[in-house]
Amino acid sequence: MNGFLTLLQKELLRFWKVSFQTVAAPVLTALLYLLIFSHVLESKLQVYPGVSYTAFLLPGLAMMSLLQNAFANSSSSLIQSKITGNLVFVLLTPLSPLQTYLAYVLAALVRGLVVGAGVLATAPVFTTLPVANPGWILLFAVLGGVLLASLGVLAGIWADKFDQLAAFQNFLIVPLTFLAGVFYSIHSLPPFWQQVSHLNPFFYLIDGFRYGFFGASDVPPGLAFAVVGTATLVLTTVTLRLFQSGYKLRG
Amino acid sequence: MPPAIEVRGAHKRFGSVRALSDVSLEIAEGEFFGLLGPNGAGKTTLISALAGLTRLDQGSLKVMGHDVVGAYQSARRSLGVVPQELVFDPFFSVRETLRIQSGYFGLRRNDVWIDSIIDRLELTDKADANMRSLSGGMKRRVLVAQALVHKPPVIILDEPTAGVDVELRQGLWSFVSELNRAGHTIVLTTHYLEEAESLCGRIAMLKQGRVVALDSTRNLLGGIPGLRLRLRLAPGYSPQCLPEGSSVAPGGRVILTLPTCADLEPLLARLRENGARVEEIEVLQADLEEAFVSIMSSH
Repeated sequence: MNGFLTLLQKELLRFWKVSFQTVAAPVLTALLYLLIFSHVLESKLQVYPGVSYTAFLLPGLAMMSLLQNAFANSSSSLIQSKITGNLVFVLLTPLSPLQTYLAYVLAALVRGLVVGAGVLATAPVFTTLPVANPGWILLFAVLGGVLLASLGVLAGIWADKFDQLAAFQNFLIVPLTFLAGVFYSIHSLPPFWQQVSHLNPFFYLIDGFRYGFFGASDVPPGLAFAVVGTATLVLTTVTLRLFQSGYKLRG
Repeated sequence: MPPAIEVRGAHKRFGSVRALSDVSLEIAEGEFFGLLGPNGAGKTTLISALAGLTRLDQGSLKVMGHDVVGAYQSARRSLGVVPQELVFDPFFSVRETLRIQSGYFGLRRNDVWIDSIIDRLELTDKADANMRSLSGGMKRRVLVAQALVHKPPVIILDEPTAGVDVELRQGLWSFVSELNRAGHTIVLTTHYLEEAESLCGRIAMLKQGRVVALDSTRNLLGGIPGLRLRLRLAPGYSPQCLPEGSSVAPGGRVILTLPTCADLEPLLARLRENGARVEEIEVLQADLEEAFVSIMSSH
């Protein structure tokens, strides 16, 4: 247990020591999106009745930041440790694959939650953000963080160089988050793209998260939970198996 | 009492390269053991397998009686490894690095021992410095300290003195010898054969993944055939009168090996006949480098 707590603490310290880069910068980026999009679209769009566009946008941006940062934390920690060689200090210890996996995932979840909370904390400056059901908010935030942290672990184990990880991030994670309904309701899309959006698990994360604020969503929150819960379970199982097999970690 | 390290029929391939081929050896508790061989002989592969960083294709490995796969947690608690590469985590200071490493082994309140290692490895001035700011030699000391934080009974040092200055090298060997005297089993790989010769009680030599020699250092040195001599000859001698394989240095210095003592008198006679005057003669002790070259060339 102590070994697990140490690795968790080390992973938390790792991002906290460079918090300008790992926390403040993504919060600022999300706020810039908010400023620009709400300035342009506030008076032209109302997605849900009685909900301003700025209020609609905020939870989506918070979730997008949470997801991207949870992924970035676990993936960058693993790839850096692999490339610089200091992962050996973890691999030489009696830590079990489960303990190692959980420490990386939890630290990434914490960073995701801190960044997401940082974005939401600015809400009073821009708009009034209702909270219809805090339980759904927390549930989707945690599930989203765990899902992307696991995906980050998977990418960090798989990638042999930074370029491969950047490709994973830029060609998979970023498009999936941007096209998950952060800036719009998928009901505004043509039927074909609505169908495509339903194949994107990140859409269910953002939709369910938003339901927690407004009590309104594109799909029922139970369905969103089922999809996200299944995706998280599958990905966690696969990643844990990889850790246990020593794939690309223990030659 | 189980051996500190037990290797049984270890096989490992990397693609078409055979890194280990049926390697078997035992290292008793308290030994100072040398693992020697040219680059690519399989030393680091064997160490990696013992540390759980590499998995064998076939065979078994035990550390203090614990199988490195089946009982990996006990095996890793028993083992401290100083890796060959100079690796470090750039986010942390020396003290933080050691506390973290200690914590991985479940030792969260280990400051007394950590301070003692910091002091013994002369890292006190740098204890709160970030790892990035340290010189190569200092980083090497931290690697040694990291391997010792959990007080492992078996310590493996994989070329710990590569690129290290003489002062640190001496300090390191003095500390490691002290640990050995305190009962720790030490396994060392090095390309500095004089270090292995002076420190190791027993040595295994590997070549192309196979053990080609496994004996006490004394027996390995004693097994070198012939009599090795250094002569100083007066100027004007003819090199043709020297036995084949003699090495000639400026100043009339010659190093040569005779098959037996009985060949000394005929050599001196031949030198006399050819007008070569011997000014100085010295019998050279066999060293590990000779034994190494002799064993490697015969396999």
